[in-house]
Amino acid sequence: MRRLILLIPLLIFLGVAVFLYRGLFLDPSELPSALIGKPVPAFSLPSVQDERTLTQDDLKGRPALLNVWATWCVACRVEHPVLNRLAEQGVRILGVNYKDDNAAARKWLEEFHDPYQLNINDAQGSLGLDLGVYGAPETFLIDAQGIIRHKYVGVIDQDVWREQLAPLYRQLVDEAGQ
Amino acid sequence: MKRLTAALLAVLCLAGTARAAIDTYEFADEAQRERFRELTKELRCPKCQNQDIADSNAPIAADLRREIHRMLGEGRSDQEIVDFMVDRYGDFVRYKPPVTSRTFLLWYGPALLLGAGLVVLGTIVLRRRRVENAPVAARLSDQERARLDALLKSTFADKTSND
Repeated sequence: MRRLILLIPLLIFLGVAVFLYRGLFLDPSELPSALIGKPVPAFSLPSVQDERTLTQDDLKGRPALLNVWATWCVACRVEHPVLNRLAEQGVRILGVNYKDDNAAARKWLEEFHDPYQLNINDAQGSLGLDLGVYGAPETFLIDAQGIIRHKYVGVIDQDVWREQLAPLYRQLVDEAGQ
Repeated sequence: MKRLTAALLAVLCLAGTARAAIDTYEFADEAQRERFRELTKELRCPKCQNQDIADSNAPIAADLRREIHRMLGEGRSDQEIVDFMVDRYGDFVRYKPPVTSRTFLLWYGPALLLGAGLVVLGTIVLRRRRVENAPVAARLSDQERARLDALLKSTFADKTSND
C-alpha cells in the first residue's frame, strides 16, 4: 500500500505528459464552428456575376462546398486551382465573395477560371459575420437541405480534400441520393 | 532628404493603423461607453486569439466592434450582445466561458487540486503529530524494540572489543 502511494507522483506526471504531448499536435487557430448542424443563416445578397438576388434557398438541392474567398486573400489564390480541379470532377462549389471589390472579383474569375456554380457578393461582410467567418479562405460543407455539416478553416489542398473533406462530401451525396 | 521624408511619411502611416484600434464611436451617454468598453474587453478576437476585440487591430475585430456599437445603439442588453457573438463564433469568443459539463474542470479544476493538496498535507501533519505526541514506549512495537536492543547491544559489544 505504501509503495502504491509512492507511485502517485509518477502517475500524475504521466497524465500531464500525455495531455501536453497531445497539445503539441492541436492547432489552436482552428476554431470549431458554432454553426455545425444549423442551417445557413438567412441572407439576401446580389450575385457577383449578374443582377440576380441570391438567398439561402439557392444553396439547397444538392450537397456543396460553400467557399468564402476574396481577391485580397493571398491564400485563396493558392486554393483556387484546387477548387478548379474539384469543380471539374463534378463537386458543387458555391462562393461567398467576402468583403471584396466586385470588379476585382469578376476579373479574378475571368483570369483564373470560375469553379463556382454561384457566387454571393457579400461586400459588407454581413453574411460572413453570420457565418462566423474570421478569415479567408474558409469552407463550409453543406448538405442538400442547406444545413452546415462541417467547416474547414484554411487552404484546401489535395491532401485535405482526400483525407478530410472528400469522405464527408461523399457521405452527404449518398444521403441526398436516398 | 527625400528618403527621410519618405521614412517619416511611412511612420506616420503606421501610426495611423496603430491608432485604428481606438476608433471613434459616438455614444448616447457615459454608461453606454462604459458598457462598450466592458464588452469589447470581455470578448475575444477569433483571429488573433490572445487579444480581446478592444485591443486587436485585425479587420474582424474592427467589424465586431462596429457590430457591438450598432447593437448598443439599438438598445440591446449585454447578454443579447454576448449571445449574438457566441451564436456565430462559439464559446471561444468569451473570456469568461459559461459553466457547463465541458468547462467544469476549467472552472473548478484548480479548486479541486488545491483541496486535494490540503487533504494530503493535513494527513501528513496529523500523522506526524500523532507519532510525536505518543509516549516514547508507544512509538515502537515490541518487535522493533527487541531489534533496537539487539542493535545497541552489538554496537556496544563491538566498541568494547575494539578498545
